[in-house]
Amino acid sequence: MAKPTLAVHKFSSCDGCQLALLNMGPDLLALAEQLEIKHFAEAGIVNESAPVDIALVEGSVVTAADETRIREVRANSRYLISMGACATSGGIQALKNLAEDPSAWVGQLYPQTEFIDSLDRSHALKAYVRVDFELWGCPVNSRQVVAAAGQLLQGVSPVDNREKLCLECKRAGQVCTLVTRGEPCMGPVTRAGCGALCPAFGRACYGCYGEAELSNGDALQRRLEGLGLAPERAAARFRLIHPDQQQQDPLQLSGGDHDPA
Amino acid sequence: MTRRKIQINVPSLARVEGEGALHLKIEQGRIEQLQFRIYEPPRFFEQFMQGRHYTEVPDIVARICGICPVAYQVSAVNALESLFALETTPWISNMRRLLYCGEWIQSHSLHIHLLALPDYFAEETVLGLAAKEPELVRRGFAIQEAGNRLIRFLGGRSVHPVGIQVGGFHHAPAVSEARSLLSFLEDTLPQAEALLEYLAGMALPEQNQAFTSVTLAHQEYPIEQGELISSTGLRLQPEQYESHFKELQSPHSTALWSLLDGQDYLVGPLARLNLNQAVLPAFLQRHLQRLGNPFPSQNMFHSMLARGVEICLALYEAITILREYQPDTPALELQVKAGVGCGWSEAPRGLLWHRYRVDSEGLIQEAKIVPPTSQNQARIEQDLRHSLHQFGLDHSTEALRLHSEKVIRNYDPCISCATHFLKMSVERQG
Ligand code: SF4
Ligand code: SF4
Repeated sequence: MAKPTLAVHKFSSCDGCQLALLNMGPDLLALAEQLEIKHFAEAGIVNESAPVDIALVEGSVVTAADETRIREVRANSRYLISMGACATSGGIQALKNLAEDPSAWVGQLYPQTEFIDSLDRSHALKAYVRVDFELWGCPVNSRQVVAAAGQLLQGVSPVDNREKLCLECKRAGQVCTLVTRGEPCMGPVTRAGCGALCPAFGRACYGCYGEAELSNGDALQRRLEGLGLAPERAAARFRLIHPDQQQQDPLQLSGGDHDPA
Repeated sequence: MTRRKIQINVPSLARVEGEGALHLKIEQGRIEQLQFRIYEPPRFFEQFMQGRHYTEVPDIVARICGICPVAYQVSAVNALESLFALETTPWISNMRRLLYCGEWIQSHSLHIHLLALPDYFAEETVLGLAAKEPELVRRGFAIQEAGNRLIRFLGGRSVHPVGIQVGGFHHAPAVSEARSLLSFLEDTLPQAEALLEYLAGMALPEQNQAFTSVTLAHQEYPIEQGELISSTGLRLQPEQYESHFKELQSPHSTALWSLLDGQDYLVGPLARLNLNQAVLPAFLQRHLQRLGNPFPSQNMFHSMLARGVEICLALYEAITILREYQPDTPALELQVKAGVGCGWSEAPRGLLWHRYRVDSEGLIQEAKIVPPTSQNQARIEQDLRHSLHQFGLDHSTEALRLHSEKVIRNYDPCISCATHFLKMSVERQG
């Protein structure tokens, strides 16, 4: 039987999520035994339009050319997984979505703006195409990537765990940074999945895994203000790695193609 | 002379981080047009940092590049701490150096084994290389893992680590963690020395060319701090950077690139080693001597060997620091001050300069970042012109393409780092 096939695509991103694969060491070779990698430019395999079973896509859609390209990726893939904050919610570069006139930013950087293809917004993939599964995190880790790909290939729908970081933190037996140290921790509204790295270092979570289920942002905002944070600074903590509220919703797995908001 | 007119387009360069392309037009044995293009769309970090609090800067700038987040974090805290006139403790300085060593080891090993070496075995990927040279690849992964473990020790994870803050660190790891890391690194150093030996034995193209090397320099090998020096005799502090280095939007490639007094120049491992050999630890000087030390060198193909030297150096430094490791107060109190702060450090790919203007509330008013790849951009094009002529333009299109890619990869261009590179949507003909 032919091996299942995999493609890794990159859109606007820092390349950090691809490192979940490139940092796997010998496990990367083991993965390549199980799966045939058809496209992974950073690893040297270039065949962008190969049809594949699984496409792992890093990065957000920020140019008109990207828009066409993500539709092609979708058409060529049985399963499309968005990998990381950029792909799932527009990522940190979606901070430009909050600006009143992001198109002016191009002019601040470049003397000749006519050469630049850049949309005013940074979009999650799901704004353009159907996405089969989302991996949240900035960056995602190898465990997440391998688990999701493995489950899809076995015909099992991966489970989207949206529990709060606080639960992961408690299970790990960490001291609560918010209650005990008065740090402005975003744990109560952030998805679990990183292993509660920041609280383990005694610092406040800054929300890099995206929004958790049933999170009560208003209550946390009041709590942060109670710690002495000015209201704007408290609000800014909700808009860092996943700044675009409209792209925070987790995927409706039954959803189909729709136009960007 | 053959009369042929060829056009080579490498629409998507493999094995570079980020997205770049090369456009080459040869007419009648002459290069008519050569464009190394970076089409990674801009992500506007400098813009969206405006209005953010200085404490958020290390976590924001990390996201510029997943391969060298520590470099971004350290250059940023250097700039802000210099503005706030904060003198770090020896513990903090040592830990910054230690963390940074991890990134050099990880990034250099990834570059050598996954990105550069496959070329030399006529392989496209590390997978093909692993089939031919399993031991070489196994050793490469082990070295890369040593770097990742080092970053995790102080940063929790190796991509976008969470340990650094302006004023120091968030956390001082326990002695027991330092011990187990130390023994792993001690086992890795001999493997890195074997790698160095291996790299020194490789047959490399002999292609010397004239260029200016630019690097930081310090009593120790420059990593997390230093003053800027160049092979032309320049000596600068971070605040003086902009009086000599200017960023331009080049008319033919439209990418922002940086020139030193109007000329292209080199940053990165080869430039560093060319000007800092004297401060290498004695054991490495001995190794180099025995291996027929080619440094200082004007052959860009020696970059890979320079990376090998720097892996050994970083492992040695990390081991030295860890042997003495004791936890200490991780961070200092600081006084926010309005003004402008500049700072830099040596990213794996070369000098990385930051400047921030901050108000009295600690909010960022303006940020400017000049990444190593934009500094090397002009040099890469010069090198390609030169190298392709030397290589011989009569070679087949495929051979020219492969050679160009090899030349470009010497610089380990990290195109995602190019905070403000752009895609060119207009291309002139002829
Ligand atoms: S989600 Fe974060 S780590 Fe992943 S590509 Fe985007 S910026 Fe990089
Ligand atoms: S604790 Fe929060 S900010 Fe830190 S790594 Fe985890 S999700 Fe990201």
